[in-house]
Formats: sequence, C-alpha cells, structure tokens
Amino acid sequence: MNVIQVDRLVKRYGSFTAVDGVSFDVRPGEVFGFLGPNGAGKTTTISVLCTLLRPTEGRAIVNGFDVAHQSDEVRRSIGLIFQDPSLDIQLTAQENLDFHAFIYDLPARESRARQEELLRMVELWERRNDRVRTFSGGMKRRLEIARGLLHRPRVLFLDEPTLGLDPQTRRHIWQYILGLREKEGITLFLTTHYMDEAEYCDRIAIIDHGKIVALDTPARLKAGVGGDIITLRTTDNERAAAELQARFGLEAARQDGMVRLEVPRGDEFIPRLVQDLTSQIVAINMSRPTLDDVFLKLTGRAIREEEGSAKDTMRLGARMWGGRR
Amino acid sequence: MKRRWRADLRGVYIIWYRDVLRFWRDRPRIVAALAQPALFLFIFGSGLSASIGGAARGSFGGDYVRFLFPGVVTMAVLFTSIFSAMSIVWDREFGFLKEVLVAPVSRSAVAIGKALGGSTQAVLQGSVVLLMAPLVGVTLTPLLLVEVIPLMFLLAFALTSLGIAIASRMKSMEGFQVVMNFLMMPMFFLSGALFPLQGIPAWLQVLTRLDPASYGVDPIRRVMLAASGLPDEFARGIELLGRPLAMAEEIGILAVFAALMLGLAVRSFAAQE
Repeated sequence: MNVIQVDRLVKRYGSFTAVDGVSFDVRPGEVFGFLGPNGAGKTTTISVLCTLLRPTEGRAIVNGFDVAHQSDEVRRSIGLIFQDPSLDIQLTAQENLDFHAFIYDLPARESRARQEELLRMVELWERRNDRVRTFSGGMKRRLEIARGLLHRPRVLFLDEPTLGLDPQTRRHIWQYILGLREKEGITLFLTTHYMDEAEYCDRIAIIDHGKIVALDTPARLKAGVGGDIITLRTTDNERAAAELQARFGLEAARQDGMVRLEVPRGDEFIPRLVQDLTSQIVAINMSRPTLDDVFLKLTGRAIREEEGSAKDTMRLGARMWGGRR
Repeated sequence: MKRRWRADLRGVYIIWYRDVLRFWRDRPRIVAALAQPALFLFIFGSGLSASIGGAARGSFGGDYVRFLFPGVVTMAVLFTSIFSAMSIVWDREFGFLKEVLVAPVSRSAVAIGKALGGSTQAVLQGSVVLLMAPLVGVTLTPLLLVEVIPLMFLLAFALTSLGIAIASRMKSMEGFQVVMNFLMMPMFFLSGALFPLQGIPAWLQVLTRLDPASYGVDPIRRVMLAASGLPDEFARGIELLGRPLAMAEEIGILAVFAALMLGLAVRSFAAQE
C-alpha cells in the first residue's frame, strides 16, 4: 500500500485556489520531491498532509489514515522539518527533545535511548545540554531532524530543509537525510527549489499554479525535455556539419565557431562520433538537460528567478537573526 | 477516547511545564520586572503619600503606601499574565508554535496548558513582589499567603486567557503596542490599584466597574489590609447597584469572567490556521 495517497485535493482561501485538484501517490521508502516556484502550492499541500490545514475538497491518506478525520493518527505517523526553525531556543537541545517525546507520549526509557542514538547521528550529543540559542543554523537543522525522527515516524516531511544554509552545511544535511533511508527505512517527502537537491529524489512532482504539471524520476523528466547537447570544435566546422548530416543524419547548427547538435544518448554517441568522423576534432563537450531545463520547459519560468523573492529574503533574515528573541 | 484524554492531559502538563521552565530560566527578567512595581511603590507611593497631606493620610488608614502595595502586586500579576500570553505571537513568529500545533494533542489542551502556564508565571512574579511586604510594613503570614495566592491565580488565569484570545488572532508583534496602550494600561489604571474606587466621578465609576481587574484588586487588598491589622475603609467592596459587594461576590464575578475568557481563548486558539 502506498504510504501517501492524494486524490483530487483542493485547498481554497476565499476565491484563491492554492491547490487545484492535485493527485499523487508516494511509495513506502522512497524519497519524493515536491518542486515548484514560491506560491505554487507546495507548502499548502504539505500543510494539508500534516493536518495543519483542512482540505477544501478531495482526500489525502497518510499511512492509511485520513488527514481530515484521523488527524491524531496521522500526526503520530509523521515527522516534520519546517521551512522555518521551530525549536525553543531558550531551552537546551535535550529539553527540546524531551518536550517532543513527552507530547508524543514516548515511554521515558525508550525516549532516552532513542535521543542518544539520534543526537549521536546528527553529531550533537556533546552539545545536548547547551541552549539552542548558541547553535548555528546548521546545528539547529540537525537538531530538528533528530527531533522529527524521535517518535519513529513512517514519513518524514521536509519543507525546504536547507533553505538559507551555506553549501557545505547543505551537503552535510543531505548526508543525514539520505542516510536515514538506509538506517530507518523511512519515506521522505520534501520540497525544495534547489535543483541539485531535487536530483537526490527517487521521483519528483513539479507543481505550478496549484497543479501537478509533471511527475516522474529525475532521469525521465530530463529525458522528456530533449536529448543531450554536444558541442564540438573542429578544424573545419562547415565540413564537419555536412559530414554529420550525411553520415549520421543529424541536424547540426553552427554557432560561435562551434558545431552544436542534439542526440538522445550523448554518452553513447560520443565514442562513435570520435571513431567515425573524418573531420579533425579539436574539442568536444557534452551537456545534459538539467532539472532547470525541465522546469523552464514546463512552467515557462526559470526556478532560480524565484529564489530571491522578498518573502525568502525575509525568511533568510529571520533565520540569520533567529537568535534574537 | 481514553487515550485522547490522556494525551490531552499530557499536552496541558508539558505546555505548562515549558512556560514555568522558561520563566525560571530567565531569572534576570524576574529581577528586572521588579523595577516597575518598586518605582510605583517607593517613589510614586511615597511622594504622593507625603504630598496629599495629613488629612488624606488619615483617611488612607495612615499610609498610602500600604494602600498601594496590593495594587502593585496586582500590577505585576496583570502585566505578567498578558505578556506571557503574548508569547504565543513570539512562538508563531519563531516557529515553535508549529511544533505544538502538529503534535497529537488537541488545540484546547494547548490553550489550557498555556493559560495555566501564563497564570503560574504571573503568580510567581506577583509573589516576588509580595516579598517586598516587610519594607512597607505589611507582615507576611502563612495565612495571608494561603489567601492571596489563590486570588492572584484566579485574576492571572482570567487575564492570561483574555491575552490568549487576543494573541491567537494577532499575526505579528506589531499589534502588541496596541494591546499595551489600549488594554493593559487602561485595565491597570481603572482597576483601583492606584486609588480607591469610591467617591470618583460617575463616568469613571462606570469604567472601573467594567474593568475585570477591579474584581481582582479589591479582594486582594481586603485580605492584605486585614492581615496588616489596618482599617479597611478603602477595601469595603466595590459598590455595584447601590451596595458594596461581598468578597465572595467579587470572586464570583472574577471567576465567571475567567471561565468566559478561557472559553474564548480555547475557541480562538483552535480557530487559527
């Protein structure tokens, strides 16, 4: 059985439709990515799945429980890492975990052992008695991951888990996230607009204007955009282009002193090209379509343009100044 | 059903516990929060006491400062109650509220835990002010504490619940100034903390009777003046409908108000998205 089943889910605020008839399933143990520009409905969808918002129409089932009618059961089945930090910075790391354990009704002894295991995993065991106020952004995130896993959820939701963190910390966080799947056998549902992070997902749903515009593995989504782009420089570009047309039946374009062509499998084509082309090759380069290209093609916008929106800038500010309270 | 109840009780407890823990953690604030009551008591109180002259002094049972003292204790309770309820807005802004809202406990439990936690903070802060009693010639007896603390708690619970009802609808800290100027200060000034509610202009009389804090200040003052062996002519009960209320009636009014506010707090807190 699928661990998340969403069927024609709609969430409206007055006349504004944030989520407009979304349907998808998430399989047990997979890393499922939810991609889209700000305001596309990502966070709203997550909020419905986490029982923070009630659906206007449609149904969503998490771990076999209906989010609208069995919210307590859903809540016990899931862990959450929010977009913005949600720790009590006046308390210590351990106290934050204690609070979580208590409110999720974990037996004290089990909770102790589990806390140690998780704090060691995220390398915060030595800092357990320090107040969270003194933690860096990356440390807070790691602590939140430990907290989200404390009650052994079936699904861990991560809403922009690395937003506002530096690249090194982002890599670090991903190491934990991917390690989880092996250690805990947990299903991961995440939203992000970092395209390189989306590559870690087993499957990706791209959402725009409240609708899912594509859902597949990263490889197949990229394949759908078109083939790999090969650019080569030869001693005689005109002759090379003619030869490519005649011998391989490929439409080659000449631009900026280069010959540019598109093939379905560039990695397999290059050896043949090098072997069979009689024109002298000086340099050869191949680029594959990225998820950026997929996104651009499906939504008509580059996802990166969305990155610097005012709201995110504010969020970043809040995260940087999060110590002030 | 049983599990639900148990989960909710745990929720109430842990929310309360967190508030108490945070209060205790922030000991410098407890001391800093003494400054304002001390200013009122020693500077405002002593100054006014000297200037209103012998005749008036006599009518205050010999000492305005002793009349003022219960008012200043209530002030600490009032301000701490509303402030602690406002921490919901902080928690929303800094995200911790989400951790609470997705936990498997009902929102009513969270709101009740918060009301209890805020009231406990307020009673603790009020008790710290109460420790100044010997400085103004009021003797702290165990009996006095047994009487005053539940009264402080009832007032605190009513005000914290009111605060939660407001904070649940507030989106940012910007609204806080408004709450401060249009709710807390008027409530404080109209409560009878600073002056007796007898013999005042009719319009003011009406406003003071509408202030729920009035029904908290008077019983606390009655108990304290009685314990100090002072004449209680300025704590004879708020006059309502032409006769002074008995202490039990005042407590009753406050209790009804507290119950209504708790209901409102639970409703507003549950309604937020």
